Amino acid sequence: MSKIHVTTVVNGDEVEFLADPRETLLDCLRDHLGLTGSKEGCGTGDCGACSVTVDGVLVSSCLMLGVEAQGKRIATIEGMANGEELHPLQRQFVEHAALQCGFCTPGILVAAKALLEKNPDPTETEVRYWLAGNLCRCTGYDKIIRAVMDAASEMRGAA
Amino acid sequence: MPKDDIKEFRLVGTRPNRPDGLDKVTGRARYGADITAPGMLWGAVLRSPHAHAKILKIDTSKAEALTGVKAVVTRADFPTGLTGEEWNLQENTMAGEKALYDGHAIAAVAATSSLIAQEAVRLIEVDYEVLPHVTDVDDAIKPDAPVIREGAADASVPEGMPPNVVKYFEFGRGDTAAGFKDADLVMERSFKTEATHQGYIEPHACLGQLGADGKGEMWVCTQGQWFIRQMCSAVLGLNAAQLRVTPSEIGGGFGGKTTIFMEPLSLALSQKAGGRPVKIVMSRSEVLRATGPTASASMDVKIGMTKDGKLTAARAEFRMQGGAFPGAPVDMALYCCLAPYKIENVEHIGYDVLANRPKCAAYRAPGSPMGAFAVESLIDEMCRKLDLDPMEVRLKNAVREGDQASYGPTFGSIGLVEVLEATAKHPNLSVPLGPNQGRGVASGYWFNHNGETSVSMAISEDGTAQVSVGTPDIGGSRASIALMVAETLGIAYEDVRVNVVETGALGVNEPTHGSRATFATGKAATIAARAAIKEMCRRAANEWGIDEEAVEWVDGAAQPAGPNAGDYPPMSIKDIAKNMGSTGGPISGHHESVPDGVGASFGCHVVDVEVDPETGLTKILRYLVVQDAGRAIHPSYVEGQYQGGAVQGIGWALNEEYVYGKDGRLQNPIFLDYRMPVASDLPMIDTMIVEVPNPGHPFGVRGVGETGITPPLPAIANAIQGATGVRMSHLPMTPTKVLAALKASQE
Repeated sequence: MSKIHVTTVVNGDEVEFLADPRETLLDCLRDHLGLTGSKEGCGTGDCGACSVTVDGVLVSSCLMLGVEAQGKRIATIEGMANGEELHPLQRQFVEHAALQCGFCTPGILVAAKALLEKNPDPTETEVRYWLAGNLCRCTGYDKIIRAVMDAASEMRGAA
Repeated sequence: MPKDDIKEFRLVGTRPNRPDGLDKVTGRARYGADITAPGMLWGAVLRSPHAHAKILKIDTSKAEALTGVKAVVTRADFPTGLTGEEWNLQENTMAGEKALYDGHAIAAVAATSSLIAQEAVRLIEVDYEVLPHVTDVDDAIKPDAPVIREGAADASVPEGMPPNVVKYFEFGRGDTAAGFKDADLVMERSFKTEATHQGYIEPHACLGQLGADGKGEMWVCTQGQWFIRQMCSAVLGLNAAQLRVTPSEIGGGFGGKTTIFMEPLSLALSQKAGGRPVKIVMSRSEVLRATGPTASASMDVKIGMTKDGKLTAARAEFRMQGGAFPGAPVDMALYCCLAPYKIENVEHIGYDVLANRPKCAAYRAPGSPMGAFAVESLIDEMCRKLDLDPMEVRLKNAVREGDQASYGPTFGSIGLVEVLEATAKHPNLSVPLGPNQGRGVASGYWFNHNGETSVSMAISEDGTAQVSVGTPDIGGSRASIALMVAETLGIAYEDVRVNVVETGALGVNEPTHGSRATFATGKAATIAARAAIKEMCRRAANEWGIDEEAVEWVDGAAQPAGPNAGDYPPMSIKDIAKNMGSTGGPISGHHESVPDGVGASFGCHVVDVEVDPETGLTKILRYLVVQDAGRAIHPSYVEGQYQGGAVQGIGWALNEEYVYGKDGRLQNPIFLDYRMPVASDLPMIDTMIVEVPNPGHPFGVRGVGETGITPPLPAIANAIQGATGVRMSHLPMTPTKVLAALKASQE
């Protein structure tokens, strides 16, 4: 099958790649652009490990074709820190021990950031429902929820 | 008392950031599928759509003819003549004469892209003769069940047993008949649990390379790189030392990544493709269909109790299927199920039964949750019948140091009584319950484990330390090992780097399993650090010209002791390290052993639920985990183990199960249908770390990973009975099942 040339913006950088029309955005990020921070846990949009934002909207990159990225702005975990300065969510996750194996962590961080941009002061229930699309098998979510709540509080304080 | 209040240690018991935290929150950490190699090919596997079928013919010619395909392998490419567990592993890696379960590997392809490999798999033509199948354990143990494999039973199985029984266990002590006579209440109940999957979010992935000279390398997500090396070597007939296995970061395992599945296929494909590296990444449905879930169980338990709550006798008869191969953890289930109780008269009987399902693997405290579900449910029901407090009954019968365990050995230092006493005082137990709400308690047990362990620690030129360990870091063990080494050496936590190394760098290490990493690797690392300290004291003694025995190590420095005390200023680790090249060369410490002194671990959970009488949905309102850690090296990661174990148990209790259709095919091989708990299903998981130090470990560690998955199954069933009056005896307790039970109870 002939490949399609795709030009898009990932984490602020213009990038281009040749995508087989059957490849997902996740395949393209990982295999063509070397951005392996987004993970494939299920390939069916049920685990959220591949979460990215496309034009600011949270999506499972395993459910979107790579060719659909043409002309869009994609943000992945690799673009979350500002150089050496971690995003408050990233720092709170480490400080709260909110990860064990760490495999679901990039997707959860991307999803949580999208939540806090929409709702800077979420309740615990709102955080739990927003993150219901992100599976974590290690932690039981307790420390993840606390880290997100504390990051939200820190970001409100800083604003 | 929370560990954080004890100032006995400088670092042990504190909560520093984990050393691999930055990599894991930035996406930099490299997991199994994150690596590529020059010249790399992609592998894909053809899997059986049948639960049980004779393989008459495999035609790979069309696949081989596809442009981009570089190798195709079938069982014909594997060595023959293997026996025992090595044959089982080979047969599970790739089917021989028969496909034994839906998802069993039939052939594998390596191609220049993943898409071509998948296309090639579809071009392989297989002629099957479909055979009758059986997937349920109670059906599989029937005398006329389809026979999975003739001659698979071992010597433990008495003559005349049904054909799929491959192992038989029978042990006990005392006189159960007399014990039941002494009881005021004797009850007998049957229970079933369904197979569940570990559900690690990272699918299995590996990158294998093998040359015609038999030298190979592998990058793989695994709990144990030496296990991968040994098993791949056995299955492929390789020389183990010629295969170098490097563990990636691991995206969860819970026991499921302690064995091989597609790893040998990548090596076989690589060799056939002229030594080009081959990457295989499983899809989620491959993980669910063809890796190692846990066993399903059918259990009968009979218990005798006096009217004041003393247990007089118990009999447990368990049947488990662990797939088409021997190895269901029925023995472990029997060992653990009565372990929290001091009972004089006990009888255990177990059957390991073959069925047309994937070969089970370890899953967090293998066997213990099923056995606990049966025993802890029945004890709870008896407490209700006799109007006894379930906490008091557990305390009254609790095993203590010096008691003989139900399964034979005598307990050393254990903390069950301390756990139960702490639980009873917790505020969660006095929260008032509303309508349709109930509270359940249950205990759990795991042995914990030592295992082959080899650790090296080297002092760097600047006085910092690097530790080479063989146990992959699955939940923060780099942090706990760094804390113990830094504590021992008297240096900063940040001055220790813990590296998880490949098989070429150390002697054999068992995987991170059995709750052993912080115990065994931590103990070996501490002993290795002490060996380095001894050498540093010797260097200082030589420098000072005094006897080596007259030097002691205090706060990260050698200092003269005894008659020489104060004669020379302390010589710090930095000073010694700076000059080590001229004082005798590199300084390191090494330790290898099967560390003794394993400390068993008990836990007790308390859960409050609310059952919706209209839908049968069970909501977890409150959840408490209390467990003896021995010593919590990094309390945050101990809490994390408690919380994670509890939530896996909640999933097992309420939602998760392998659902096989009448055709013997797995009906729910994706996460949408194999539904694990999500954040909105749960409350915060309260934890209390009890510390009864294990005298067999330098810092008192017992191991904390596994016990926590055991109590949730019965605790939730007990809470549901409290809420509804209905006893659920078959997991999972889905809304459908609970509703049906509620309706039946009202008729």
